[in-house]
Parts: sequence; structure tokens; C-alpha cells
Amino acid sequence: MDGHHLSSSAVPSAKIAIEFADVSFRHPGGPLALDGFSLAIERGETLALVGRSGTGKTTILKLINRLLPPQSGVVRVEGRATSDWDPIELRRRIGYVLQEVGLFPHMTIARNVAVVPRLEGWPEGRVNTRVDELLNLVGLDPKTYGGRYPRELSGGQRQRVGVARALAVDPPILLMDEPFGALDPLTRAEMHREFHRIQSQVRKTVVCVTHDMGEAFSLGTKVGVLAKGRLAACATPAEIIRSNNTEVKIFLDALPRIGTGSREWGMGSGE
Amino acid sequence: MRLVEFWLNHGSEFLSAILRHLALVAASTGIAVAAGVPLGVVSYRNPRLGGPLIGLANIVQTIPSLAMFGFLIPLPLIGGIGAQAAVIVLILYALLPVMRTTVSGLKGIDPSVREAGLAMGMTDRELLYQVELPLARTSILAGVRVATVVGVGTATIAAAIGAGGLGEYIFRGVASVDSTVILAGAIPAAIMALAADFALAWLERWSAPDRARNGKTRIGAVAVASGAALILIIGGLVWSERSDGRIVVGSKDFTEQVILGELLAQTIERSAPIKVQRKFNLGDTLICETAMRAGDLDLYVEYTGTALTAIFKQPVILDSGEVTRRVAASYAATGRVMLAPLGFNNTYVILVRGDDARRLALKTISDAAKYAANWRAGFGSAFLDREDGYRGLVQAYGLKFREAPLAMNLSLTYRALAEKQVDLIAGDATNGLIAKLDLYALEDDKHYFPPYHAAPVIRSETLNRHPELRAVFDRLAGKVSDEEMRRMNYEADVEHRDVSLIARSFLERHPEIIGQ
Repeated sequence: MDGHHLSSSAVPSAKIAIEFADVSFRHPGGPLALDGFSLAIERGETLALVGRSGTGKTTILKLINRLLPPQSGVVRVEGRATSDWDPIELRRRIGYVLQEVGLFPHMTIARNVAVVPRLEGWPEGRVNTRVDELLNLVGLDPKTYGGRYPRELSGGQRQRVGVARALAVDPPILLMDEPFGALDPLTRAEMHREFHRIQSQVRKTVVCVTHDMGEAFSLGTKVGVLAKGRLAACATPAEIIRSNNTEVKIFLDALPRIGTGSREWGMGSGE
Repeated sequence: MRLVEFWLNHGSEFLSAILRHLALVAASTGIAVAAGVPLGVVSYRNPRLGGPLIGLANIVQTIPSLAMFGFLIPLPLIGGIGAQAAVIVLILYALLPVMRTTVSGLKGIDPSVREAGLAMGMTDRELLYQVELPLARTSILAGVRVATVVGVGTATIAAAIGAGGLGEYIFRGVASVDSTVILAGAIPAAIMALAADFALAWLERWSAPDRARNGKTRIGAVAVASGAALILIIGGLVWSERSDGRIVVGSKDFTEQVILGELLAQTIERSAPIKVQRKFNLGDTLICETAMRAGDLDLYVEYTGTALTAIFKQPVILDSGEVTRRVAASYAATGRVMLAPLGFNNTYVILVRGDDARRLALKTISDAAKYAANWRAGFGSAFLDREDGYRGLVQAYGLKFREAPLAMNLSLTYRALAEKQVDLIAGDATNGLIAKLDLYALEDDKHYFPPYHAAPVIRSETLNRHPELRAVFDRLAGKVSDEEMRRMNYEADVEHRDVSLIARSFLERHPEIIGQ
């Protein structure tokens, strides 16, 4: 849809976009959030990480864009340890959709989406074209919504703006922290469909964390299950659903059922 | 009606007082914002430094303004008397509201918004300017508003250290017990505070986040314009304050002192080609003394008895020749020259209401001592403190009052006595209000009060620079008799004549003083 894909085919030999090697992290005064955590995410893959509250899901995302430094082990982005990256340059290559969206309340929708392009010093004309393009991509009419302020939008609309803002400079990596958690089920299902539509156009490496196994199945090309600071399982949804791992079973058992024994409905929509 | 008349008669002086008041507030608030917002940001980003910083600003806030002006007088560079010291004090007061609202504005920002900025790859500076400060702006403006309104009020007190402004009318009015003059300063000050409050409230609403459509350019323009205005204002203040080779003539904060200050100033101006800067209404003896030692004040009139006990801390002596000799020696030892006394003796007098004096047939303080047990006394705070004041008086006459005496502003005691809030006060023998308010001066039958001959005191350095002044002041010696002084005080306090006119008429009555 536009000319500046920085991702996929740039370095075809390096398949791994993000890698955690034996990473440990403890919040000051808290328990160990990650304990020898290892993970590799391929380019163009959508990894949905599932874990209970407080299992370090958000910590994993913040370790990727270096909002937090690992206490031991290494986090690599595009083959380079995050500690070797200039943090500003690293973060501008990574889109981040926050749990609470975090739109800037004093800026219009258009200005919000334009933040990173402006930081990058794009000329005004190019910024404006890009903002329109992104708002169209997330299904918001730029003429109607561009001049509004975040508080004038519904939760679902704000979440779309959050996604548009994260995609603004076409970063190769997109991090999503429970992006649809606060939405009602119908809006949420709609956002899942939108996500697939957008991802089919932009093909980012996506890491999305959620506490909801159903959402993980719906979004992820791969699903990782977090327990006790490690990855209990990481595989395609089809493999996960057949897993005998106890930690995985706890999550599977929590899925709602219709009638008896069928949990088939909850999977596969991501494939 | 008298009020409007007063303003019309003092048109240009009134206008310049308003402008000066505005300049004081604008300069101090402007600098306080320029310093307070960055300090607030630092306090917020570095709480370990911020806690003590805010604490310090808090302590400064609790210091009474008059005390703060007093502290500053002897300090080099930033202190002294005049607009500069006043601006410093006003800045210190304005700092806390600005810092505090900056911190609370920054603290109030949704953490997810800040995190979003960081995650988008904003540098600290970008985050501050694009996200944090714009979101804290409404809160910061609220602090600026508080600081400005408080500043307009506090600036009136700055007149006590010669900074000028509307406070000058208030002090002058209090000194001469003239509510018209008080209102002439107080009403415009109140209007100014309300106008500032209103204007800044409007700015606050106007800058609210969802009104900031073209916020960047407009805020930028406002900032540039106010910065330029500030530089002009400060420049103007500094320019008007320059005292290149000029002699600074001061006075304490009561009518007689202002008249004498004006008299000295006019005498110099009309006898010699020397420029004079007037800094009247400087508060009490101590402020004049510290200002003089600091070199900010060249010349003012002091009373021998006051100098002996309040300045040089020596025991009371009743012999007037001996007092004058000792005081002159003490001044000489501290780099000042006491010139020939002007003539009158403004000793303390104990005053009661004329009604009471006639009804109870009171003539002397001893007569009054019999009734004192049913009375309440009110004294200026200096009188309560000094060696030759309240304590000695009570001992000498065996006085016992119904309750501990009220400490109040000396100028206000006259009115308090006339309005029966107190029954006995200690006043100045030459005060014009004694006749105006029908007060009765009791005879000091035990000769308790020492002599208080008025004499100009000048810094030796200044006198060496302008030796011709000695001859000028010699001609003034002995010319201001008790009658002359009482008459001039009456003209000021009762007839509300302008001080400069009173001094001019005096010099016209005594043409030999200026060598005509």
C-alpha cells in the first residue's frame, strides 16, 4: 500500500526478528518476572503470548523496545542486542499499541498519528498523506475524525487510532499489549477481523500479549503460553490445542464451552 | 468624591505608581515563571532533589513579607532598598505556587500517555515539550494566576523598602490617618488583582487541551511577546533605579519623616547642582539604619534619643547636650556624620483622649497613673521594645494597665485612641493628629523621656564627595522649631496638603536657607 516497507524482504537470510536468550528480569522489590526466559520470533509471524496477570507479559514487550533493560541474558532485535541499539532509533522501528491506548489528549487524532513521522522530520505534505492513508487503513474517515480529539471517540475508535499511530512510519515490528482488552465482545471480534485485514496488507512481525486464550487463538499464527517466568509452550494454535502440558491445559480449560466437550469453535480463526 | 479629586490632583504621580506596581509584579512573576517551571520539572524528574526544593520554597512562603524585606536590606548584590530588592522578594513568593503547580501538573499526567511517548521513541526533551508541558499547561497557568494575584498584594508592602508602587499611597495614608489616601492605593491594587485573576483565568480556559487547535503558534507568539515586554519592563526598572552620583534621601514611614525627607531633598536641589533620589516611607529606624550601612541610603533625619538607644544600644540619658555629643561620636565611629540639629525636639508624649483629660482633670502622667488599671494601652512596636520606652515608663510612674498593651503600627495608635479601642498611647510630640483628633498630651512630670532632637545624618563618604553640603545643612540648623514642625505635620495630616508643597512653603518662609 505504500513504498516504504522496511521489513520482510530486507535481509532474507536473517529469519529471526526478535530473540530472547536466557533472560531474567525482576521488578524492584517484586518477584522474579522472567526466569531464564528464551524465545525466538520469526519475521512476519504474529506471536500471541498468553499468561495470567502478573506473569511478566508487559515486561516482555518493554524488554523488546528497551523501556526496560534485562538483568541477565540478551534480547536481540534484528540480530542486534537491544543494549547495542540507540534506544530512540530502536523504538522508532517498533510500533507499540498500549493497553490503555495512551493517545495524547491534547492532540487531534491526525496529530496523534503524525507524532512519529514528525519526530522523524518528514516534510509536512508527506506526513499529511501518510495520516490519511493510515486512518483509511484502520477504517476511520480522515475528514470526519482527523480533527477530533481522543475524548470525542469511542473506545473501539481510539484503539484503531492507537494501531494507526503505531504503524505510522511503517516499523517492521509491532508490539501490542492487550490491545482489545477494554472493548465489548462484539467490537472486539470486529477489531480481530480488522487486525487480520491490516496484517494481510502490512505483514509485520507482531508480538501481542493477552490473558485470553480465545483472543490468542484468534490473532496468533503462533501462541506462546507463559508460566512461572518461562515459556511453557510455543506452537501453532493447532498444536497448542492438542498439548498435554499442565500449564497449557489450565488455559484451555478456562475457555468457555458450548454444549459438552467442544472447544473447537475457539480456534482456527487465525489460520 | 475626595478620592476622585485626589487621583485627579495626583494624575501623573498616580499613573506612574500604577505602572510601577504593574512593572514590579510583571517582572517578578515573569522571572518566577522562567525559573519556577524549570525548577518544577527538575523537582518532578528528580524527587530526591525536588523534595528539599519544594520544602525550601515552602519555608520562604511562610516568612512574613515585611520580615523578608528586612532580611534582604543588608545583603550585597541582591539586597538593599528599592525595586531590585522588592522584585527579589516577590520572585521568592511567586516561586512556590509556580513550582508546585508545575510538579502537580506533571504528576497528574496519565502514565500510559508518558509511556506511549517513550515507546514511540521520543527523547526526554521531545517528551517534555510535546507531551508533558502541554498537558501540564493548565495546571501551571493556575499557579501563575495565584502567583500574580498574591504578587499584586505583596507588592504594596514593597513600598516599605522604597520600591514605590501603589503601596506608597497605602503607607502614606496609614501614616497620616487619611483613609482617602489609603483607598487611593488600595482600590487600584484590588482592581489590578481582580483584572489579573480574570485575564489569567481566561488564558487558562483558552489553553485547555481541546482548544489548542493552533495552540503551538499562538502560545509561541504569546511567549515571545511577553518575553519582550518583560525585558522592557526590567530595563525600565533598572533604568529608573540607577543612582549614578545621585544622593539618596530617605525617611521612615510616618508623616513628619516624609516631610523632613522632602525638605532635605528640596534644600539640596535648590542649593547645589546635585541630583537627589527620594526613597521615603522606608519602614522603621532599623530599616533606615541597615540601608545606610549598606550604602543604599545617603541621608535621612534621625532623632538623637532614638539613635542613642535603638541604634547604638546605650542606656537612656536625660541631658540633651550629652545625648547629642554621644550620638555624634557613635555616628562618626561608624562612617556617618550627624549634622547640626534642625531645632525641634520630637520627644515621646503620653496621650489620652481630650474628653477623658477634661472629665478626669488629668494634667500629668502621674495623674493618669491612678486610672490606668481600668485602661488599655496601645503602643508602636518600637516603643514596646526600646530601653527608653514602655518598660521604663511603667517603672518610672508605677503604671499598671488592665491588660498587656497592644502592639500596633505607631501611625494607627492615634486613631485607635480617638476611636476608644485603647485609652492611652505614646505619640510624637510634634504630631499634627494630636490637635486633629482632640488628644491631650500629658506632662512628663517625672522627666522620664530623654530628648529627641531631630538631626540629618549623612554617610561620611557622601559628605566627602559633596563637601558643599555641610554649608547647606548649617543654614538649615535650628530653623525647624517645634511650632514649625507641628504646623507642617498639621498641614499634611489634617489639611491633606501635598508634602512637596509643604516643604516648598517652608523654604519660602525661610529664604535664607537656600541662599536667596
